[in-house]
Amino acid sequence: MSITEYFNLLFTDYTLRTISLGTAVLGAICGMLGSFAVLRKQSLLGDAISHAALPGIAIAFLITGAKDTNILLLGALVSGLIGAFWIRGMISKTHLKSDTALGLVLSLFFGFGMLLLTYIQKQPNANQAGLDKYLFGQAATLVESDVLLMVLVTAIALVIVLLFWKEFKLLLFDSDYANTLGFNTKFIDILITFFIVLAIVIGLQTVGVVLMSAMLLAPAAAARQWTSSLAVMVFLAALIGAFSGVFGTAISASQDNLSTGPVIVLVASFFVVLSFVFSPTRGLLFKQIRLIKNRRDLQLKKTLQFMYGIAQTHENIDHPHTIRILNNFQGFTKKSLRKMEENQWILLNKQQWSLTLKGFTEAQNLFNQQTQHE
Amino acid sequence: MTQKIAIQVDDLTVAYNYKPVLWDIDLVIPEGVLMAIVGPNGAGKSTLIKAILGIIDPIAGSVAIYGEPYKKQRKLVAYVPQKGSVDWDFPTTALDVVMMGTYGSLGWIKRPGQKQKKAALEALEKVDMLSFKSRQISQLSGGQQQRIFLARALVQNASIYFMDEPFQGVDASTEIAIINILKELRKAGKTVVVVHHDLQTVPEYFDWVTFLNVKKIATGAVKDIFNDDNLTKTYGINYKVAVNK
Repeated sequence: MSITEYFNLLFTDYTLRTISLGTAVLGAICGMLGSFAVLRKQSLLGDAISHAALPGIAIAFLITGAKDTNILLLGALVSGLIGAFWIRGMISKTHLKSDTALGLVLSLFFGFGMLLLTYIQKQPNANQAGLDKYLFGQAATLVESDVLLMVLVTAIALVIVLLFWKEFKLLLFDSDYANTLGFNTKFIDILITFFIVLAIVIGLQTVGVVLMSAMLLAPAAAARQWTSSLAVMVFLAALIGAFSGVFGTAISASQDNLSTGPVIVLVASFFVVLSFVFSPTRGLLFKQIRLIKNRRDLQLKKTLQFMYGIAQTHENIDHPHTIRILNNFQGFTKKSLRKMEENQWILLNKQQWSLTLKGFTEAQNLFNQQTQHE
Repeated sequence: MTQKIAIQVDDLTVAYNYKPVLWDIDLVIPEGVLMAIVGPNGAGKSTLIKAILGIIDPIAGSVAIYGEPYKKQRKLVAYVPQKGSVDWDFPTTALDVVMMGTYGSLGWIKRPGQKQKKAALEALEKVDMLSFKSRQISQLSGGQQQRIFLARALVQNASIYFMDEPFQGVDASTEIAIINILKELRKAGKTVVVVHHDLQTVPEYFDWVTFLNVKKIATGAVKDIFNDDNLTKTYGINYKVAVNK
């Protein structure tokens, strides 16, 4: 199946439409809430929480013996929340730094989860197969009720974000200040964390515990490159997330044996690379171009300044001087002289140059301009 | 003296883990003073402000703002945190940061509107930063960032201002601009409490001073208590003698 066929099928094939809608919605909620995680410098929180959710899935299965997605995800939610609040507690109650706390919770819970998974696998129970899909995710198993749940959670998260937008922004930027203004920062913090955990949990079936954090981080990191406004960043991250979901599904559906979760993550990562290179303000490419241009510009102005110094010693500013005079000054080439002529700063006549009025005033104001730009 | 008491601190003790950072502080700050808190590094100057503002929970003691607990008097108090306490690469503009000063009076969920925007613009004007209103905050200099923080506090239209090292890392012109604004606040009858490091400028900038080194060493009018004796008690060295001439 080719990509175009995929997009045709998208409108006719029920399964494909369900999966695409699911991954799109998942990408959107992860991008939106991931922005908050990234700006709080809690990029790894998602990783720890998603790994912490694994034992919850296993325990839910052991207790109920059922494979009902909602029950397993409820288990994931509970153990994800326990993990998240352990991390919070460790950071505030001990001397441990947040990266240590995150690492500890991640490995502890994931280790325990793996232990339970292997235990379940050895049980003589035919029902067991399929739990390991939560490790790497299996978008193909998404059914309508799963997607409905995703849409519902995303809608609630959106309402919460819109409602508490001001409070979220304040907490992200300056939580002590938020505190002095009378906002219960603990409540806002718990609210954000809760929804991040929720977003992770509903993504486990599709992307899996191992790659889930990339769904949170990649769209947010990419979006940050393009904008300096929180609102635009959150919106853009949601858009990039949704697009990664759909496009990832399309690629994996059009090729055999490409599992959807990793492809979605790769597409999102591709956006990150693209943004880091091509963003007009923060991108590496344009930064480099601006740097080179500025240096050339400054070099020209340095030469102009030198000429200005010479011209000042004469009564007429347009008094011609030989080019040789510039020899003891390193900053000129034939090309740069021609460039200066293009700028109408100087006139070239055979082996001589003379300053124009425009060049003279430009040189005169050079220092003022520079201080103004500060 | 019939001056009203703006801030009263009784028996305030704060500890991080086992180590006491503030020990049994009693402090009375009269209304309308411009007060410096001075003391060596680790003396608990910022902690004192944070404890008064309820950011840090004290082990013991109480704080009263105009005779009532802080929680009831929040709207009378504005806070300027240390500039370095936030991430200036946060995606927002100068105006937006100043608008945050209005969030407290708005309360939960309500969005800022035209009225709040107007107040924020006026505050930007006061700190001479109006032309930078749409500037991304990461592109402001240290002095400009400090002015933005000051504007954010001015928007709160409070009676009492707490500022944590507002002169740290700013150039001379910003320092003068800030101190002029602080003096204007005092003229308007506001009380201003500033954590300050530069001892040379204390007599020139402030009329009230508190010496702090875990315990309160002294508090009172600059002209009465800003002397070698208290400096030596606070810093443990004879300040005048220790400076190489």
